[in-house]
Amino acid sequence: MQSQLPLYPEQASNFAPKVDGLMIFLTSVAALFATGITVAIVYFFFKYHRKQANAVGVPIHGDSRLEAAWIVVPLVLALGMFSWGAVIYVDYRTTPSDTLNIDIIGKQWMWKAQHPNGLREINELHVPVGRNVKLTLASEDVIHDFFVPAFRVKMDVVPGHYNTMWFRPTKPGRYHFFCSQYCGTNHAIMGGWITVMEPTDYAAWLSGSSGGEANPVAVGEKLFSEKACITCHLANGTGRAPSLNGMYAAKVLLADGTTVVADEAYIRESILQPNAKIVAGYQPLMPTFQGQLTEEQILALTAYIKSLQSQPVPTKGGGVAPARGAENALAAPTEKK
Amino acid sequence: MSQTPPSAEPKFPRDHYLNATYGIKSWLLTTDHKRIALLYLISVTFFFFIGGLFATLIRIHLLTPTGALVTPETYNKLFTMHGVAMIFFFLIPSIPAVLGNFLIPPMIGAKDLAFPKINLLSWYIYVVGGCFVLYSFSTGGLDTGWTFYTPLSSVYSNSAVTPAVLGIFINGFSSILTGLNFIVTIHTMRAPGMTWFRLPLFAWAHYATSLVMILGTPVVAITLLLAGLERMFHLGFFNPAMGGDPILFQHLFWFYSHPAVYIMILPSMGVVSEIIPTFARKPIFGYAFIAASSIAIAVIGFLVWAHHMFVTGESTYAALAFSFLSYLVAIPSAVKVFNWTSTLYKGSISWDAPMLYALGFIGLFTIGGLTGLFLACLGLDIHIHDTYFVIAHFHYIMVGGAVMGYVGGIHFWWPKITGRLYSEPMSRFAAVTLFVGFNLTFFPQFILGYLGMPRRYHSYPPEFQVLNVLSTAGASILALGYLLPMIYLTWSMRYGKVAGPNPWPATGLEWKMDSPPPTENFHVTPVVDWEPYDFNNRPDLGLAAGRPLAPAHGDD
Repeated sequence: MQSQLPLYPEQASNFAPKVDGLMIFLTSVAALFATGITVAIVYFFFKYHRKQANAVGVPIHGDSRLEAAWIVVPLVLALGMFSWGAVIYVDYRTTPSDTLNIDIIGKQWMWKAQHPNGLREINELHVPVGRNVKLTLASEDVIHDFFVPAFRVKMDVVPGHYNTMWFRPTKPGRYHFFCSQYCGTNHAIMGGWITVMEPTDYAAWLSGSSGGEANPVAVGEKLFSEKACITCHLANGTGRAPSLNGMYAAKVLLADGTTVVADEAYIRESILQPNAKIVAGYQPLMPTFQGQLTEEQILALTAYIKSLQSQPVPTKGGGVAPARGAENALAAPTEKK
Repeated sequence: MSQTPPSAEPKFPRDHYLNATYGIKSWLLTTDHKRIALLYLISVTFFFFIGGLFATLIRIHLLTPTGALVTPETYNKLFTMHGVAMIFFFLIPSIPAVLGNFLIPPMIGAKDLAFPKINLLSWYIYVVGGCFVLYSFSTGGLDTGWTFYTPLSSVYSNSAVTPAVLGIFINGFSSILTGLNFIVTIHTMRAPGMTWFRLPLFAWAHYATSLVMILGTPVVAITLLLAGLERMFHLGFFNPAMGGDPILFQHLFWFYSHPAVYIMILPSMGVVSEIIPTFARKPIFGYAFIAASSIAIAVIGFLVWAHHMFVTGESTYAALAFSFLSYLVAIPSAVKVFNWTSTLYKGSISWDAPMLYALGFIGLFTIGGLTGLFLACLGLDIHIHDTYFVIAHFHYIMVGGAVMGYVGGIHFWWPKITGRLYSEPMSRFAAVTLFVGFNLTFFPQFILGYLGMPRRYHSYPPEFQVLNVLSTAGASILALGYLLPMIYLTWSMRYGKVAGPNPWPATGLEWKMDSPPPTENFHVTPVVDWEPYDFNNRPDLGLAAGRPLAPAHGDD
C-alpha cells in the first residue's frame, strides 16, 4: 500500500487504471454536484434567515427553463457515465482468445485453483505478469464471488453453471483475493493471495512444483473409463453414443434440428442433465451424473474431452453420429442442416 | 376559520382522539387512523431498537481486524437480523404506517381512511409477522443475510430461516393492505376543492409508494415463500442440485427489493416536500415536477432490479439495459433535489429542528443518490459490487435519507400528534448531532469499499482497521443523535408547551384541526379554496401576507 491511509488499492491489472480513471470522472462530477447543492443550501440558509417572526418568502412557483436545464444536463452526464462504464464492462465480459486458462472452484470456505498442467493450489493463485488469464469459476455448494481488489474485477461463482472472468496482471507482487458474495459462517476468511510473477519466475515455479500432481487430462481420461463413459462414447463412432473426438468448440446437431456449440457449459450440462439436449440420431440412454461427480471431476472430464479436439473425427456409417460429424469442425466449412 | 395567530397563548383542547375513550381495549380495537398510527409508532420503534442494538454490536465487533466481540456465526446473525428488522419491520412501514396513517386523511380533508377496519387488520398482520421473525431471532437466529440468497438460505443455512421467511411473507400483506387503503382514500375521499394538484406532495409521494407496495410486495412474498418451501420440503426451485436456478431467486427477490428502496425513500421525500415550504414560507418550487417525479421514480424503479446482478454472469446485453435504466431513474431524484434547493431562494427561512432535518436529508440523500450512479456504472460495479461502498451508499439513502426524513417528520408533526412542543435547543442540537454522526459513521465506508473490503466480513485484513475504527467512533455519535429525540420527545408529551393548532404555521389542511385532533378530525367537512403552500393569500395564518421580505421583481 502506498501510504498509511490510501484511497485506492494498488493497480496491478489492465483493468485497474481504466476503472480508476472512471472512478475519478464520477467522483469529480459527484463532488461538483454535491458541492453545488451544499453551497446553495448553506448560502440560502443564512442569507434568507427569517428576521421578523411573521415574514413570508417571495412567492416563486417555478421556472420551466430551469426545470428543463436540470433534467437535460444531468441526463447528458448520466449517459456519459453509462457509456464509459459500458465500454469497460464489455471489455471485461469479452474474453480474448489467447488466454492462460485456470479453473477456480469455490466451496465453503476455500478456493481451489487448477492449472492446465495439473498443478493445484489452495487459497493461492500464481499467474504470470503480462499474460491474459481466464478463470473458469465453479462452485461446489453456494454462491461465492472471486474478487481481486488490485485487479478491480470480480465475478460470482454460481453453483450449477460456469462463469468466466479475465484480466492481465501488469505488476508482479502479492495481492489479496476475497470471497465477496456472502456464503455462510466463514465467508470472511474465504480468501487468499494472488502472486503475480515475472514470466521466467512463473515458468520456474510451474516446473518446480508440478511434480507428482495429476494432469487434469489424465485424471479426466481415467474418470472417463472409471465412470464407464467409454463404453458408449467410442472414439471410432461405433458406440451407442457419439464419439467425442473433435467435438469441443464444434457445432453439434441436436435431435430437434437446432445446433449448439459444444463449450464447457454444454459439456457440463450433458454430463449432469444428459436428456436436456439429445444429439441427432441417438437415443436418450445416458444416465445423469448429477451428485456423483465433484466440480473438480467435471472440470477434469471437460479437460479430457477438450484434449480430444485434435483427434480424428470418425467418418459416417456403422452407427456413427450421422449429422454430428457433418456439422463438425470449426475449421471445415459446414453444410447447413 | 377560527385559528388565532400564535401570539395568544393556545389552550389544550378538552376532547381529542387520545382521551376520547380509555383502556387497553379502546386502543387494541380502535379503527381511528390516528390511534393505529400510534400503535405502529410503538411497534416500529421497538424494531428500530432491536435493529439498532444489532448495529451497535456490529460496529463494536469491527473495531479490531480479528473481530472484537463475537464468533463468526454470531456476527453473521447480527448483520442478518439487523437488516431484516430494519428493512422489513422498521424502514418499510415507518413513514407510511405512522405518519401516512396519521396524516393522509386530514391532509385531504377526510375523517378516516377508506377502510378503517382493514387499517387495523394491517397492524395486526404486521404484529403477527413480527412475532414470527422474533421467534426466528430468539430460536437460533438467522444467518442468511437479509437478501436470503439461495441455495445458502434454502439448503445450507443451519439457522431459523423458515419462521423468518414466513414472518416476512405475512408482513407483506400488511404493506399491501396499507397501500390499497391509501390509494382508495386518496381517490375517493378528498374534500371539496381538494383537486389532484392541490394535494400535498406528501400525499403524492404516498400515492406513488402505495403503487409500489401493491405491485411489488406480492412478488417478494411469494419468492421468500418458495425459498421456505424449498427448505421445508426439499423442492427444487432454486437449488441447482435439483435442477433449480439460484439466479432466478435473485431476479424475483430484487424485482421487489429494489422498488422497496423507493417504498422507503419516497415517503421521506414527501415529508421533506412538506417541511421545506413551511419553514421557508413560500410555495414549493416546481410543484408539478416534484409530484410527477414521485410517479416516475415508482414506475422506472420497477425496471432496474437486475443492476444488483451485474457480476452474477447475467448477459452483457441485460447488464447494459439495466445500467441504462438505472441512470434514468436517477433523473427524477435529481429533479427533486434541485427543486427543494430552489425553494429556499428568497424564502423566509427559520432554523427550527424539522428544517434542519430536512436540509440534512437533502445533503445526505444527494450523496446517497450520487454514489448510486457509481454502482449503476457497469465498469465501476465490477470493482465496488458487494463491498463496503454498497453499504455506505444504501445507508446514505436509507438512514441518511429515509430515517432522517422520518425523524424530521416526527418533529414536524409532533405538535399535531401530541398537542405539545418539544425543547427547541435540544432538538436543534440532536439534528446536528445526527447529521455529523451519520457522516462520520458511513463516509469512511465509501473509502473502505473502494479499497476492496467486502461486505459481511466478521474479520478483515489489518490495513482496513483505521477506517473501521473511525466508522465505529462516528456510530457512537450517531447513537446519541437517535437517543436524544427519544428522551426530549417523551418528556414533551407531559411537560411540553401547548402547541395550538398551527404552531409553525403551515398551510396544510391537517393544521386546521386541533392539536391533538378530535377523533373525527374535522367537525365540519372543510372546503379547500387555496393553492398548496400558498402563504401569501392565507390571512388565517396570521403572517405578513403579501408582504415579501425583498422587493418582488419579475420572477413570477
